[in-house]
Formats: sequence, structure tokens, C-alpha cells
Amino acid sequence: MNERYSRQQLFAPIGEEGQKKIRGKHVVLVGAGALGTGNAEALVRSGIGKLTIIDRDYVEWSNLQRQQLYSEADAKERLPKAIAAKRRLEQINSEVEIEAIVGDAGPEELETIALKQRPDLWIDATDNFDTRLVINDVAYKYNIPWIYGACVGSYGLSCAFIPNRTPCLYCLLETVPQGGLTCDTAGIISPSVQMVISYQMAEALKILVEDWSALRGKLVSFDLWTNEYAAIRIDGVKKDGCPTCGRHPSYPFLSYEQRTKTAVLCGRDSVQIRPPALRQYDLNELAELFRRQGLQAEANPYLVSVSLGDKRLVVFRDGRALVHGTKDVQEAKAIYYRYLG
Amino acid sequence: MTLVINGEAIAVPDEVKTVGDLLAHFRLENKLCIVEVNVRIIQKHEYETTALCDGDRVEIVHFVGGG
Repeated sequence: MNERYSRQQLFAPIGEEGQKKIRGKHVVLVGAGALGTGNAEALVRSGIGKLTIIDRDYVEWSNLQRQQLYSEADAKERLPKAIAAKRRLEQINSEVEIEAIVGDAGPEELETIALKQRPDLWIDATDNFDTRLVINDVAYKYNIPWIYGACVGSYGLSCAFIPNRTPCLYCLLETVPQGGLTCDTAGIISPSVQMVISYQMAEALKILVEDWSALRGKLVSFDLWTNEYAAIRIDGVKKDGCPTCGRHPSYPFLSYEQRTKTAVLCGRDSVQIRPPALRQYDLNELAELFRRQGLQAEANPYLVSVSLGDKRLVVFRDGRALVHGTKDVQEAKAIYYRYLG
Repeated sequence: MTLVINGEAIAVPDEVKTVGDLLAHFRLENKLCIVEVNVRIIQKHEYETTALCDGDRVEIVHFVGGG
């Protein structure tokens, strides 16, 4: 018995056999923020074979309160999160292969990973539903389980989606969520993050050791401040006509039309972002949401403009946005999703 | 009437007659929610027509994006 994993192997549902299975598995982590770093550390300590981390952002001071792999030095250097995470994870467990991808987790990138690497599991640690619906499509198209997790404030929720066993995220949602609260608008406390990581990691271990009967099969949510807990069985919501997991899937979030389109605007030091599904914002409400965070926001009937230090975010009613003060598409997208979810 | 919402007995005003009313009462009508009544998930188009009775067990989960 390898002493390193002895306590995990003593746990009967895993055992020596389970540990061998874990060692042979490849997990892809989409996002390296709060949920991403926590899941990454737990996965790497558990002794998986390979971890791929995709993230387009860099480490900032506001991350350090809860994003457990990062240090002050990473924030000072503005190190890309995927790189900073890889460095720390290699110190934690040098037996695990870590692949760091600094970039967008779009349909092309995720499909390429699915095709070339055939991973065993995707873990969602993103901050937006556009990307989650892409993960959902790729997961069901290539028959790879994925685990949703999200948290804001003292609230969080999680659900494991398993092709051929459970309905998919789109069956549950029926529609694309319209942004709303994010960690940058409503704040977040670290126990909510840790709770979601625990739900995700427990289901991940069951999947990695192939103990399918132990899976929860429920969408769970909690609020650690108001002391509420809810759980809903999801098997009843599977829809035959679902475009992702129905009888004739079309995987709409992998199609070109659905991709978030970005364009650097020539000579304006600006990037335009168009979300895949157009939205309908109440601009006054949106401006108020920004102001409550102490930001300077102005609304007119067509757009809201927010000052963010040396950058400015302009949001149109249909969700289209301009990020001024940068030519970097990745940076612009990070700002867009941070404030609009 | 008293409903068991997310495991807790909660008294709701008489105006709350349907799932739609309940979501409005908690100001969740504009949030993306999954609602279960007595272990059956209620589809969105059924919210206004699904009546609630005293003692019903309701589970409400709303989606958020952060992570």
C-alpha cells in the first residue's frame, strides 16, 4: 500500500482497487477560480493520473481570500491562474501530470480536448452559464460525465450530470439564465466555496472509482447563513426533445451561431463582446446593481456605462458589450463575465 | 396555510394559491428555479396552474452562476 493514499484506501468504498482506478483517470477542470482551485487541490491530493486546467484569467488580490492555491507573489506578478495553479499543484503532488491551458474554454477548445484526450470527467468551476452549456453539450456528445457547481454569497448548489444515466443541465434549465448575481456583484464567503467543492469532489470520487450506484442523483443547494438546505431528484425531468440529451441531439451550444463572438475594435482600444444568446436587460436595474457595489454607472435608454479603473464597460440592452481600455480579448471577456455572469 | 419548504414548516399568506404565487411571495419569480412539490418537479408552464395545499412539501432550488 502506498502510504501516501493509505487513509483514502482504508475507506471501504474506495479500497486498493478504487485507488488504482483513480490513478488511471484524467480530469478536466474548467475554470481556476475559487471552485477550481479547491477541486484541483483535492483531485491532485487524491492521486488522479492527470489534471487539465483551463482558465483565461490572471491572479488578482481580490482572489486571495478564497482561491486556495494562490499566493501574494502570484497576485503581484499577475500570473495566469492556470500557470500559478500548476506550480502549486506540482509542489503538492509531483506524481500527477498537470496540463495548464491559458485561454478560453470555448466549444472548439473543449471539443478538441474531448476528441484528442478522451478525459474521464469534466468539473465545472466556471462563473457563467454560456460556458456551462458548452460543457454540457461536449459532455453528452462524447459521453463523459460532468459536475456542475456554483456559489454566490452564502449560497451554493451542485449536481452531477451523467450521460445515459441522468438528464442534462439543459433539461433542468429549459432556457439560458440571464446573468444576475455573481461573486463580483454579491460577494462570496469561503465556506460556501468549500461546501460546493465537497459536493463536487464526493461525486467526482464516486465517478472515478466507478461506483455509479452511490451517486446522489439530486440537485442540491444550501445557504450557510440562513441555514437552509434543499435537494431535488432530477431523473424525472429528462426530455425526449432535449437538443443535448434527447433522441435527436443537435448540441446547439457547439454550433458557430452560439459561440460568444468577440472582436477587437480597430483604433479604439476596445473589445466588443456579443453573448451567444441575446438577453434583455432592464438598464436602470443593471445600473443600480453596479452602483450598489460603489461603482460609477450611468444609464441611458440604450446602454449602461460603468467605470472600472482605467477601463470602461458599456452594456447594451441585448447583452452586447464593449470593454474600453484594452485590446486583449481574454481580458475583456473576463471583465464581461465578472460583471454580467 | 403551512407548507414544508426546503424541510422547514413555513406559514404563507392566504393569497398564495399556486406555485407561481409562492415564487412571487419569495421574490423568486425572476430567478431561474427548479421547484418540486411532493417529490414531483413542476415544469415552468405549470407554475400558475399547480395549486398548493396545506402540508405540501415544496423544494425550491435557484441557479446562480458564480464559482
